Amino acid sequence: MSSKTKVVQWDPADIKDELLKKYPPKVARKRAKQIMINEATESEAPPEIVANVRTIPGIITMRGCTYAGCKGVIMGPTRDIVNITHGPIGCGFYSWLTRRNQTSAGPDGENYMPYCFSTDMQDQDIIFGGEKKLEAAIQEAYDLFHPKGICIFSTCPVGLIGDDVHAVAKKMREKFGDCNVFAFSCEGYKGVSQSAGHHIANNEVFTHLVGTNEEPRKEEYKINLLGEYNIGGDGFEIDRVLKKCGITNIATFSGNSTYDQFASAQHADLSCVMCHRSINYVADMLETKYGIPWIKVNFIGAEATAKSLRKIGEYFGDKKLIDKIEAVIAEELPEVEAIAKDVRSRTEGKTAMLFVGGSRAHHYQELFNEMGMKTLSAGYEFGHRDDYEGRRVIPDIKVDADSRNIEELDVEADEKYYKPRKTPEEIKALEDAGYEFKHYDGLNPDMDKGSIIIDDLNQYEAEKLVELLKPDLFCAGIKEKYSIQKLGVPMKQLHSYDSGGPYAGFKGAINFYKEIDRLVGSKVWSYMKAPWQENPELTATFVWE
Amino acid sequence: MLLRHTPTEIKERKSLVVNPAKTCQPIGAMYAALGIKGCLPHSHGSQGCCAYHRSMLTRHYKEPVSAATSSFTEGASVFGGQANLIQAINNIFTVYEPEVIAVHTTCLSETIGDDLKQIVTKATKDGKIPEGKTVFGAPTPSYVGSHVTGFSNMVKAMAQLAEPSSEKNGKVNIIPGWVEPCDMEEIKRLCSMIGVDTTMFPDTSGVLNGPLSGEYKMFPDGGVTIKELKESGQATGTIALGEWCSADAARWLDSKHKVPCTVLDMPFGLKATDRFIDVLRTVAGVSIPDSISYERGQLVDLISDMHQYFYGKKVAIFGDPDQLISMVEFLRSIDMCPVYVVTGTPGKKFEKRIKELTADMPYECKVKAKGDMFLMHQWIKNEPVDLLMGNSYGKYIARDEDIPFLRWGFPITDRQGHQYFPTVGYKGGLRLLEKILGLLLDRKDRDSPEETFELVL
Repeated sequence: MSSKTKVVQWDPADIKDELLKKYPPKVARKRAKQIMINEATESEAPPEIVANVRTIPGIITMRGCTYAGCKGVIMGPTRDIVNITHGPIGCGFYSWLTRRNQTSAGPDGENYMPYCFSTDMQDQDIIFGGEKKLEAAIQEAYDLFHPKGICIFSTCPVGLIGDDVHAVAKKMREKFGDCNVFAFSCEGYKGVSQSAGHHIANNEVFTHLVGTNEEPRKEEYKINLLGEYNIGGDGFEIDRVLKKCGITNIATFSGNSTYDQFASAQHADLSCVMCHRSINYVADMLETKYGIPWIKVNFIGAEATAKSLRKIGEYFGDKKLIDKIEAVIAEELPEVEAIAKDVRSRTEGKTAMLFVGGSRAHHYQELFNEMGMKTLSAGYEFGHRDDYEGRRVIPDIKVDADSRNIEELDVEADEKYYKPRKTPEEIKALEDAGYEFKHYDGLNPDMDKGSIIIDDLNQYEAEKLVELLKPDLFCAGIKEKYSIQKLGVPMKQLHSYDSGGPYAGFKGAINFYKEIDRLVGSKVWSYMKAPWQENPELTATFVWE
Repeated sequence: MLLRHTPTEIKERKSLVVNPAKTCQPIGAMYAALGIKGCLPHSHGSQGCCAYHRSMLTRHYKEPVSAATSSFTEGASVFGGQANLIQAINNIFTVYEPEVIAVHTTCLSETIGDDLKQIVTKATKDGKIPEGKTVFGAPTPSYVGSHVTGFSNMVKAMAQLAEPSSEKNGKVNIIPGWVEPCDMEEIKRLCSMIGVDTTMFPDTSGVLNGPLSGEYKMFPDGGVTIKELKESGQATGTIALGEWCSADAARWLDSKHKVPCTVLDMPFGLKATDRFIDVLRTVAGVSIPDSISYERGQLVDLISDMHQYFYGKKVAIFGDPDQLISMVEFLRSIDMCPVYVVTGTPGKKFEKRIKELTADMPYECKVKAKGDMFLMHQWIKNEPVDLLMGNSYGKYIARDEDIPFLRWGFPITDRQGHQYFPTVGYKGGLRLLEKILGLLLDRKDRDSPEETFELVL
């Protein structure tokens, strides 16, 4: 393991300079604002980071597009809606089964996950418009499958040629009567990243689907789990734990979700937000329209899971529930702790870097803490300032020209269905006890002073960071995986989990400990040099007797 | 059941594609560009395309795939992407220092009508392209053809780098088509055994099947050089493997630089490899070394040994036209029956060629270009097959219908190691046969009742 000897203790400011040194001046100025040296909570006025701004052309970003954020992330995991990509074939093809949002077909047996539906636009559709073809495709999908819902996703050329996907959707919805058809203007060039697609998906699903099932729900302790996509079965594990505690999950947005879950989301009494970035819009809108408060939770990490469960218990304030939650935690934790203790003996003091989409670069630090590992550097592809600095900075965020055209919905309290879940006195009592609603502190406060936080990390910076800081583990996505591993540094994918998982909840923590133990302890990293490369000097020749 | 909503009854679809047997142009152009030494592929469009294409190639090769993008915003999408591309070129040469940037386009930049040539000329004029470095490109509109078309367009753009010259350098251009890096290596090995001095383009060997050594080279040692491409007009001739992937570039060199070309099928299987070797022999003007006849003999030997298990077996196969044509011929040469053949790539000639190759079959072959896997699955539901061949997406059909499944083609996302073992040439033929027989016999072993479970087969 000679390559990993840490000889120099770098000063964070020097590292930042090193990262910027090679850039053309304009690029260096811009990147300097997206790379910050964390001051953690010690500072009165922590430094601002620039985030959610346009990508520098040619920089080799990790980012994707609005379509990916809308169709790929938010709507893709819903099993009983037929998702039709309106565009040339690529977008539909690449988002076909490539995110590991698992689904179970359930008792009704509806599951369109293994399918890819596309209008496969051709040059004549670009020239003459694709509305007729889209209309016919929706009809064919309806005739073939009779689904509850059909969603249409626009790709780059659709906006340019002026196809009115919403008008086509409306026409077909009215024609069918028993199938909800609605569309998303999630052209890839909108906004600056996947993030715009999240927002667009939130808006449309809220407008066209949420709240349409009025049938009351009689269960106890009803929550929505927002921003959990069931990657590698995370949502299954969280549901297992919730169920064991007696908590009812009305709707997950949107891992293993169904049309009806979205439609019934207004019946919940609390929204629990996992991925703040992708779903905070729906959380806010559910509160405004129906009076459902929301809290930030985190089910990544055993301690974080316990903490989140207790937070839900405290909200409902019912002793029966609180006792049950404590009983479940007491039952689940011993196994987790035993394995953590064993793994920790090999992972203690090791270092990691995390560069993942818009939430996991934060959440997963809990798991590394539990293993005694330190996060040297982290950042998001497409987080906004509030994901770094906390929601308190939201009033100061200026929406720039590149994101201005992403619609903000004007939502008002529903005349018939708005119902405050708690009296103002109850809310105040909870808050006085330290309870925080609608609150997210962001990534920065949870990281050490002097750690390096980087927004929209690129290929060059990733390589440079690894070279300078020599982490024991690098976490990012498929595009980064193999270049990092060529450097002899183990790489863990925190989007796809490298086909592992679940990593959420109690069982997930165990899976993750074991996986990291395997990765940092693997023998393969000692094989990089052949014997003749380690000792290239030929000192004697072999003499056969 | 995974594909539980696929009905047996077939209704004609005109507008809805379900489970495509193709993807879009730029990924092919990106793959081709990786076969140039010191080259960074560049996607001129919004960045989602580039992320998707890099990811899919990485999932297939389990190797780093670098590419840059113009990262269009809404403004650029309306007013044109010239500023983005010029800025990108400047950033790429400063930060990543490639020798070459090979630009391709997407449906976005094609729809708005960005003119690559004009932008590159402007970048040159503005001094954004350092001395001795190359920027070139190919238009790759995603709404025309498929990933195969994109590959072909980028390969043609490589040929267009050829400089006029009256000199001949005695080399032969080999355009291998969209095959794996190990296949390109194998083709080069055969050429060198025969003694043909070649320029292969593109050549991804050494790029997408490289070693782990503790060092990351964004630009590995493999790939055709720009110098070699510039000299491709001086070659004695061009052998293009595959009508869809390679012929356009070869024909362009022929018409522009008088480099005569021969378009052959990709050398999958016995007969296509025979034709390839025979052409190499004529080109080199030599007799074929015994070592090659020996390899061929081994393949014939294996066919004779395995024939009883292959004879009359029905196969459904999907993928890309050039690969399918040779593979269908190979399957027929071992007396297997490719009864369903589907490609998502358009081309009437494809259907005609497959019909010819399967004319002597005891069954009628159902063949469709511009088809999809949903249709193929419906055919299978109506009349089952003994073997399914195609990319990883086939595993859903294979599991539902309980069919032995050979992963072959692009992309293979759920198995590893395929980037190291060729399927072209006689050696590749041996490997394919071994894999097919393994699948059929594993199935027999799984299904045999105790009394007919056998040790020796």
